[in-house]
Amino acid sequence: MKIIQVAEITQQIKEMCIEANYFLSPDMKQAITDAADVEETEIGKHIIGKLCENMNIAGEDMIPICQDTGMAVVFLEIGQEVHFEGGNLEEAINEGVRQGYREGYLRKSVVRDPLMRENTKDNTPAVIHYQIIPGDRVKITVAPKGFGSENMSRVFMLKPADGIEGVKQAVLTAVKEAGPNACPPMVVGVGIGGTFEKCALLAKKALTRPVQEFSDIPYVREMEKELLEKINQTGIGPGGLGGTVTALAVNINTYPTHIAGLPVAVNICCHVNRHVVREV
Amino acid sequence: MNSKEKYIHAPLNEKTVCDLKAGDFVYITGTIYTARDAAHKRMSETLAENGTLPIDLKNNIIYYLGPSPAREGRPIGSAGPTTSGRMDKYTPELLDLGLRGMIGKGKRSEAVKEAIVRNSCVYFAAIGGAGALLSKAITSSEVIAYDDLGTEAIRKLEVVDFPAIVVIDAAGNDLYKQVTV
Repeated sequence: MKIIQVAEITQQIKEMCIEANYFLSPDMKQAITDAADVEETEIGKHIIGKLCENMNIAGEDMIPICQDTGMAVVFLEIGQEVHFEGGNLEEAINEGVRQGYREGYLRKSVVRDPLMRENTKDNTPAVIHYQIIPGDRVKITVAPKGFGSENMSRVFMLKPADGIEGVKQAVLTAVKEAGPNACPPMVVGVGIGGTFEKCALLAKKALTRPVQEFSDIPYVREMEKELLEKINQTGIGPGGLGGTVTALAVNINTYPTHIAGLPVAVNICCHVNRHVVREV
Repeated sequence: MNSKEKYIHAPLNEKTVCDLKAGDFVYITGTIYTARDAAHKRMSETLAENGTLPIDLKNNIIYYLGPSPAREGRPIGSAGPTTSGRMDKYTPELLDLGLRGMIGKGKRSEAVKEAIVRNSCVYFAAIGGAGALLSKAITSSEVIAYDDLGTEAIRKLEVVDFPAIVVIDAAGNDLYKQVTV
């Protein structure tokens, strides 16, 4: 058994919220930089050039990359040998978010009730996903999610007969509807299988996979490549102003599902696809 | 695309706006106002009760922005556009009352487009997700109404060469519609 003080989790989460909002992860930085060479239109090249400039200003002058510093999504993969001490884990996570958003000059974008809409003024609570895994380590992923792109995300409950073509169509439909609203070039996270809520979670988790990595499953890998190509043929382009780089990556996760179903979730993220991972 | 670079002043006037074409790059200098979801809702409720709005809409530009907090000694934090479509419900009424321009990102409804044409207005997009860069064009920021809304308060901004692109012009041309296959 390994004992972890929850104060340690608070400290990590605080630092990770700040880091995520000022410094894009190396995979995203690489993808945006590479996009400048791939983009074919003048206006597209111009927009990507500005996004690179924006990334540099953010890190050098300590101004968040985007003013929408997101709702904090936290994945906690907890080794089953771990025992937490020193307080309530969930409160410790939210305290980390609170401190990070305050000390990091990050925007407070969370309302307490979805219909009463009173701002909580400290960006809590986070959306937390716990998973128990073997071992005695805790893997923390902090992925602050902006809502320009979150709002354009979709869940499709397809029929098994819709098959792989139906899945591709669903992804393309979501991307085309998103268009300029989702701040392209976007990253497209796709979850296929499971249940209604499981496919959405798969899609969200897919966004945290480094964008240069593909699925381990050969047919899924092919689908990722094909969909990226098709998305980039839509013409939407950087900023939705026309061009050949509409998405930087399509990341697909799959899970077993029911004989009667084919759930598909498409979680769209803008080019500020933030994810910081640490292990304690 | 036959786009031009234009330097314009805010508040706007009808002639300047009518000369703008979808696809033009503009650099805006002058005074603009921020308002997003909650401020629009409140303005709409004020109008429904025959109240007075906290800003004079005439010829002005509203920037759909909720900035991140400013560090000490700086006018503002990160300051890029939010998605305009969420304001569509409230927008035609504001345009009919004299609002001349909007800065945001993303698609607008047909009702908004009709109101843009009806009133000779313009819809600009700024680069979504470039809030650090865009903040450099803002020289001052002052909350002038709805302070309790936090980031969603109405702010008066002074901007210098704020970069934007004309998406919907006064003739109703829509740049987004022209680019996709």
